[in-house]
Amino acid sequence: MSQLMLTYSLLVAQVLLGLAIGCGALRIFLGPRVQDRVLGFDTLSVNAMLLLLTVGIRTGEALYFEAALAMALFGFVGTAALAKFLLRGEVIE
Amino acid sequence: MNGIQHLPPWAAVLTAVFLLTGAAVTLIGSLGLLRLGTFYERVHAPTLGTTLGTVFIAAASMVYFSVLQTRPVLHEILIIVLGIVTTPIALTVLVGAAHFRDTAERAQLGKPAGRVQPHARVPGDAPTGKAG
Repeated sequence: MSQLMLTYSLLVAQVLLGLAIGCGALRIFLGPRVQDRVLGFDTLSVNAMLLLLTVGIRTGEALYFEAALAMALFGFVGTAALAKFLLRGEVIE
Repeated sequence: MNGIQHLPPWAAVLTAVFLLTGAAVTLIGSLGLLRLGTFYERVHAPTLGTTLGTVFIAAASMVYFSVLQTRPVLHEILIIVLGIVTTPIALTVLVGAAHFRDTAERAQLGKPAGRVQPHARVPGDAPTGKAG
């Protein structure tokens, strides 16, 4: 019974995180300015990382944890590089 | 291998509650990103997902794998620490860049230089405006 509840709550959590990814994608699409798009990208990468963790719980494999860790790292690097690019027009001064 | 059948009921309920709370909090933060009016307001909302949402979902993962493998599995703490440390850095740099761009744009339009009002709408901020 509680196992069935966990299965369904995994499904619901995946749908909610998918909607959150959709919100980030919509913000990238709508803009209206470049900094909004960068913020949308940051949100999208974090939400995708959380979705990967949820998929890892669903399948019971530890592989997804490492993918989520890499995604968190690259999301931070991407956001910081894009913000630096907005500030000066070049990433490395 | 799917090990949900071998999970004791209390662990299943705890994992489900953590998962649902984390996902709901993350969705609320992302909806805030979509709905708030200006960039300086929008920056606040998604941090709900990067802190509280990450903590809850990582806690769910920790409970699930610790009970399933009957040993403490705590490497999800890495993701929590990474999220909590990197998000303020990235968003501070981003807001600094946005403030710099707003100030430069105002100077170009010939408006008096000075503090940019955080809630003032800049010209490109209209909902149908083109990308700045």
